[in-house]
Amino acid sequence: MTTATALDITAIRADFPILGEIVNGRPLVYLDNAATTQKPRAVIDALVRYYETTNANIHRGIHALAVRATAQYEGVRAKAAAHIGAPRPEDIVFTRNATESINLVARAWGDQHIHAGDEIVLTVMEHHSNIVPWQLLARRKGAHLRYATVTDDGHLDLDQFRSLVGPRTKLIAVVHASNVLGTINPIAEIATMARAFGATLLVDGAQSAPHLPLDVQALGCDFFAFSSHKMLGPTGVGVLWARPGLLESMDPFMGGGEMISIVKPDASTWADVPHKFEAGTPNIADVIAFGAALDYLAGLGMDAIRAHEMNLTAYALDRLRTVPGLKFHGPANVEDRSGLVSFELESAHPHDVSTIVDAYGVAIRAGHHCAQLLMRRLAVPATNRASFSIYNTPGEVDVLVEALNHVVEVFSDGDRRAAV
Amino acid sequence: MAIAEPQFDDLYREVIIDHFRKPRNRGTLPAPTQHAEGMNPVCGDEIMLDLDVASGTITALAFTGQGCSISQSSASMMTERVAGRTISEAEQIADAVSAMLVDGADPAAEIGHLEALQGVAKFPVRVKCALLAWKVLREGLDQAKSPAAV
Ligand SMILES: Cc1ncc(COP(=O)(O)O)c(C=O)c1O
Repeated sequence: MTTATALDITAIRADFPILGEIVNGRPLVYLDNAATTQKPRAVIDALVRYYETTNANIHRGIHALAVRATAQYEGVRAKAAAHIGAPRPEDIVFTRNATESINLVARAWGDQHIHAGDEIVLTVMEHHSNIVPWQLLARRKGAHLRYATVTDDGHLDLDQFRSLVGPRTKLIAVVHASNVLGTINPIAEIATMARAFGATLLVDGAQSAPHLPLDVQALGCDFFAFSSHKMLGPTGVGVLWARPGLLESMDPFMGGGEMISIVKPDASTWADVPHKFEAGTPNIADVIAFGAALDYLAGLGMDAIRAHEMNLTAYALDRLRTVPGLKFHGPANVEDRSGLVSFELESAHPHDVSTIVDAYGVAIRAGHHCAQLLMRRLAVPATNRASFSIYNTPGEVDVLVEALNHVVEVFSDGDRRAAV
Repeated sequence: MAIAEPQFDDLYREVIIDHFRKPRNRGTLPAPTQHAEGMNPVCGDEIMLDLDVASGTITALAFTGQGCSISQSSASMMTERVAGRTISEAEQIADAVSAMLVDGADPAAEIGHLEALQGVAKFPVRVKCALLAWKVLREGLDQAKSPAAV
């Protein structure tokens, strides 16, 4: 699998204060990491330390605190770049979340480059945040959307995908790791398709940046978007990376302070990248605390994290298979999937499953996961999803399985249940 | 550390599971006088309701839809409970169900077996599941009362 040294999960768990919480009378088993992860002490401390020792507006002051805050904030750009293998920190733009990063591209790049009759290729496994901005852009411009579909085993149908890409394709926007199926998509192969027709490739990395060793240059994409809160960092920080040169060629997204060079009554000139795309006072404190999250991940090593999550996913698939009437979605092979498992029980609706396992202290997600196109393709209204992070253990998977067996019991034939 | 027994028996009463597994009055009416639909966008629960209302009385109901046990069993029990009642009687039952679920009131006599849903009141995120069918019913009854619908 990998030669990375194994993670010390006991030590890691001790770094996450919330893992000591009791919910519904039971120790918290947090398996909703694809929605958002918990935060280590180092991140929480970084937030407090910022407000206690550093707080100042950045890029504006000459005084000591302003200089300190600016240096810390700008330092996180280099950490974020290193996390995804990006060559230049100045190609990192801080946004509010992955969704805003994608909207930034749809506006600032899309309005400039997409014209009537152009085609944008998406996939049915996209999160709504990588669909709706393109629908809005297509409507503004009279462009068309095309959707690559998925095979029954949860992979992109690459032959059908290839048939959609042609001279009219201006943009391909695709998720790196699906938040429902877990599927890790072959981005390098898709980049080759895009390049053949000069199309631009945006990758939604919201579910890959937390879990996989990354190299955006090897992936061959033009834009890469992700969120801090899904990778141990605070909410309110997203990242957009753009291939060197792209940001320089784009118009601003929002106007205001920080993003200008010279303002005259009728027109202004723009600050250099990436500041051109960071109008107004940014989320300084949370960006700096995100730096602590990136340090924490780097300290463990993304190879070791990937190995741990792959082992846990394999264990979960094995154990979940023992629950009567349970059906999985997504690739059978753990190498092809990130650390999450979507499933349904024959007898119980996902919301009922989620309510009952919650009584066991187990947090899982139930719903359409902001992926209604994929739900339609899978012909299900909703699924349950257990998603893992660095601090999850096989013992926690066992608690989930125990709880699911209880769900099956509750929803089995009346005579097999104790009368209430 | 003592580990608490999981608490959800109040929610998943036998009657609820039974109506979920074997819904009553599931289907459509041949020529309904009223039709109403509702959906909870967050969880995807949906209820489509056909009603026959004649001279202010509900003579028949049938529902289709999909969703969790709470939303579907509430619809199934509702169709049993309001069949044969006048519009105002049905509205009183709907009010009593809301009072029980939203305000935590004791189940009123007229709600009958719907008292099985009382435990839902303790699970605020699931209250809207139980109320969906009733919202749809009210819409159907409002149609029946409006002058346009004679
Ligand atoms: C695949 C994927 N893309 C995008 C997003 C959007 O992330 P955010 O809500 O942080 O903008 C999510 C989060 O749920 C996701 O799972």
